[in-house]
Amino acid sequence: MVTNTKILAQEFEYFEPESVDEALELLSLYKGQARVIAGGTDLLVKMKRELISPEALISLSRISALKCFNEDEKMLRIGAAVTLFQAESNSTVARSYSALYEALRSMAAPAIRNMGTIGGNLANASPAADTAPPLLVYNSCLKLRSKKGERIVPLEEFFLGPGSTVLSPEELIIEIQVPFLEASEGSSFLKLGRVSADIAKINVAVYLRREGERCALCRIALGSVAPTPLRIYSAEKLAEGEIFTESLIKKVARECQEKIRPIDDVRSTREYRIWVSAVLVEEALRAAWLRSGGKL
Amino acid sequence: MREKQIALKINGKVYQVKVKANTLLLNLLRELGFTGPKYGCGVGECGACSVLLDGKLTLSCLTLAISCHQKEVITAEGLSEGEQLHPLAQSFIEHGAIQCGFCTPGMLVAAKSLLDQNPNPTEEEIRQYLRGNLCRCTGYTPIVEAILEQTQK
Repeated sequence: MVTNTKILAQEFEYFEPESVDEALELLSLYKGQARVIAGGTDLLVKMKRELISPEALISLSRISALKCFNEDEKMLRIGAAVTLFQAESNSTVARSYSALYEALRSMAAPAIRNMGTIGGNLANASPAADTAPPLLVYNSCLKLRSKKGERIVPLEEFFLGPGSTVLSPEELIIEIQVPFLEASEGSSFLKLGRVSADIAKINVAVYLRREGERCALCRIALGSVAPTPLRIYSAEKLAEGEIFTESLIKKVARECQEKIRPIDDVRSTREYRIWVSAVLVEEALRAAWLRSGGKL
Repeated sequence: MREKQIALKINGKVYQVKVKANTLLLNLLRELGFTGPKYGCGVGECGACSVLLDGKLTLSCLTLAISCHQKEVITAEGLSEGEQLHPLAQSFIEHGAIQCGFCTPGMLVAAKSLLDQNPNPTEEEIRQYLRGNLCRCTGYTPIVEAILEQTQK
């Protein structure tokens, strides 16, 4: 279909609520026919292309509660409307969450990073979303709220398919809850695109907890290799409790390679993604191990 | 669809305008005569529509005008003072960093945004920062050189 991206042809109502409660009231009022707009970098493109046509847009721009970071003794809480640039500039993210930091740094161009939000990147539910694999390997949870109440959903239960999540149309992502890491825990993120800042052909995040020379805990997630960002539990099991050697790295990477189910699309082919996945997982494992204080 | 009165400051002057919810900031700016920002791709790939919104580099083709109430927009023409070109614009001319000129306003705004944040970027940092601004004529080298000359060496 030919579409004109010069204008936004659709008509809709527009609201800028000043509180979460007010936003939830509006979402409820429109009974699923309203959409939330944060940065708009995905939503407005979809609207220009007539992929969606909401009756109303509810902007998060005036809700300061969704734009801040909070830390308690257990976790970092990232407000859903924190921009990609703000998240990357946060000192805790840069210091402790290497995989998330690397993912944010790899994303898009400066203007998009000033506009796009971390909650929007997740809610958009692209299989290639760069913030998803790191947040998955940290065992992050999302706090979702609607007029009916609040629930905490583990990120691994959030994605249902391309563009599809468990978020109900009357629900809002409030914050992303990321457990704190210790010095013996390390993480890393790697992605392949055609050029820097591109959407990923494939992306990988790894988290490891080290106990001496053994890998105590391992989590691996890949993006752009299935309808949703994917944890590879069978590969993680192979690593846990084992002495971290080069042959173990190869074995774990091969298991990931066998478990992914990528497709051919405009960015890459199924075959290439399968070949390159093992290389990326190996590299990500090595980087995470070094960051957990391990030696290779 | 209702129209709403908004007030926004463009290049230092406050404008009171009525906009529909679906008016894009890019189209509002161009209708008001600020033709620096250009319609290139319309989907956030090319950077030709770049402006500074409250000081932040922003794509005006993916921004609703109605969301800009009480905000400040600076376009490429806002960098210059009347006939007096901004030093970056002057440097672009001297380095032959303009051929067809379509990307130039977006490039200038992006370069201004970079130098505001980092007055002394390396060549690599300049290239990284401009990664969302596409130019099909120059091959980028003269653009990067023009910006490099404006850094605080």
